[in-house]
Amino acid sequence: MNKQVDLKGKRVIASKHVKLGQKNRKGQTYTDVNDIFYKAEQTPNFLTGSEVIKEAIRRASVGTSVAYPITPQSEAAALIGELYAEDYLDEYFRGESEFAVMGQCAGASFGGHRVFTTTAGPGTLRAMENFPMWAGSRLPIQVCVTCRGINSPLSIQPDTLEMHYLLETGMLVWHAETAQDLYDYILKGFIVAEQPDVHVPIAVCCDGFFVTHTKDTVDLSPEELCLTPYNPYESPVTCMDMEIAPYRMMRDPFVMKSNYINYSTHASWQQEIKAAVERSRKHTIALLDGLIDEHNSDREILIVTSGTAVSQSREAIRLLEEEGIKVGLVKIKTVRPFPYEEIKRATKHAKHIFVPEFNVAGWMAREIKSTIPDNERVYCGPHVAGGMTMPSEVIVEEIKTHLGIKTAQNSR
Amino acid sequence: MSHYEVKAGPEAFLPPAAATMGNILPDPGEAHIGGKIVPEEEAYEHAARKILGAKVPTIFPGPLVLWKWNDHVAAKAKAIRELANEVPMRLIPMADYRPKYPKIDAAVEINPNHPNLTIWHNKIDVCIFIGVHCHQANLALKMIRASTNCYTMAMCAMAGHEDACLSFRDADLEKIQRLTAAVKKLKAEGVEVQANSFTQFQMDRSGFVVEPVN
Repeated sequence: MNKQVDLKGKRVIASKHVKLGQKNRKGQTYTDVNDIFYKAEQTPNFLTGSEVIKEAIRRASVGTSVAYPITPQSEAAALIGELYAEDYLDEYFRGESEFAVMGQCAGASFGGHRVFTTTAGPGTLRAMENFPMWAGSRLPIQVCVTCRGINSPLSIQPDTLEMHYLLETGMLVWHAETAQDLYDYILKGFIVAEQPDVHVPIAVCCDGFFVTHTKDTVDLSPEELCLTPYNPYESPVTCMDMEIAPYRMMRDPFVMKSNYINYSTHASWQQEIKAAVERSRKHTIALLDGLIDEHNSDREILIVTSGTAVSQSREAIRLLEEEGIKVGLVKIKTVRPFPYEEIKRATKHAKHIFVPEFNVAGWMAREIKSTIPDNERVYCGPHVAGGMTMPSEVIVEEIKTHLGIKTAQNSR
Repeated sequence: MSHYEVKAGPEAFLPPAAATMGNILPDPGEAHIGGKIVPEEEAYEHAARKILGAKVPTIFPGPLVLWKWNDHVAAKAKAIRELANEVPMRLIPMADYRPKYPKIDAAVEINPNHPNLTIWHNKIDVCIFIGVHCHQANLALKMIRASTNCYTMAMCAMAGHEDACLSFRDADLEKIQRLTAAVKKLKAEGVEVQANSFTQFQMDRSGFVVEPVN
């Protein structure tokens, strides 16, 4: 497990890109991420999550974006097409399927472009084979996953089950609670994922519709500033080529010529991807101000969760407070890397830990249970799934019922 | 959490990646020795002592310094040769990352897919990786730690390597020269070179120009 990274107020290492301070063809100035977020004035805008994705990509110096329609990300993908029409991107096109899209993203990334795409639900699963391929090839592609139901019968509504499938792909997996998070995570996500010691893909996840299709006030950095471009010369691998040394990986895949040493290499390769995800902690903590947020985490009753379940929990905590029941909150911002030590520390005093989730599996509760001592303290719920909403009152009811406090519902 | 010390092996059938044990990479101006973050200055002397105390100290130059893809690299390559001559150290290149079939010539090359074969064949007890792409270096460093007793060091041009027993970061021309200077300084102070005598091999496209003699 990780040790707590003590940053002593450090920021992520500033960009030394040769284009820093220069203007791009749209007149935007290539600017270090620290200056974009911590020096420049942020201006409030009233936007949907999809529009926020567009505004983040406008400032992200993305080279290629590949689109394929699937609700609820289609609007964001179309809006990025508008950015292409406005000449903010070098390449933008529609793939033949999500599987094809992710392969095309890989090609663009191998070629040295910063690459962004979006997907959701069944699209995420259809594309799945590509995600560990991206990670194994050390491609720092960003995919924004606007989570929705994945199963039959079809549901286009929010459900975070697809995130569970992403956990062991070797990607960074971050979970935005709000449109503000989404904006910040997309821009900061590129910087963390492209660090030479990290250099793996990143899934910036949000709950579909709740975040993508509702309007919220979001502080945006100035439009005339954009991230410094991706520097492919800082990649930890050579440019992959089918024929030419030093890589020629596709013609000489070591796993296909098997003996003990080759499998040892493959094992070491997998370890290296996990190591890269671990290395991202240092940069992520600096940019996201920690892998978790805590509010009154010294309380005996805690809610620990991620995404919009956090927002619903905030209101539930307010309702409980009105009745004199004091509950603390731990918001998980990154699911990979998972904040093991942070959660262990934050839940040290808790006697009851509730994990509300928008999925039927309760994967987040399982992650937390596997992290902390005395894990019978963890109550896996409340759960909703398939696109149901999770009213704050449901969280209140379930907490009170578990604690043996009578309510109108549980005393029937 | 207890400190995971990265030391010469053989450690295990499949040792963990040091990063997953909680080891973090140094910041600019720092290095690590055994996983402990130290000021870079301290690492030069430690590295020089390791090199001078070894029987078969060896430099593994990778593609980033073997091919002249910019002038800076040519200058670095020259500095690496000066370091090798100063000790003296063997130079065994990791020219590319392809698996070697039907079999590697472990006397004259190293490969990230079976780096232990080169270590074993040449009885290398201290090595330095320079100019190897970070991903491939980490693969090789873990495998060397798994099954050999070689003390590994990395002069990394990027962020460093937790999987080496000692690692510098941002290793440019000046840092290679500073390592050479540290070796010179220790020698001047009376630290004797323990290396076995050898003849550095040289090859061209037709084969050996100078054959290795151990």
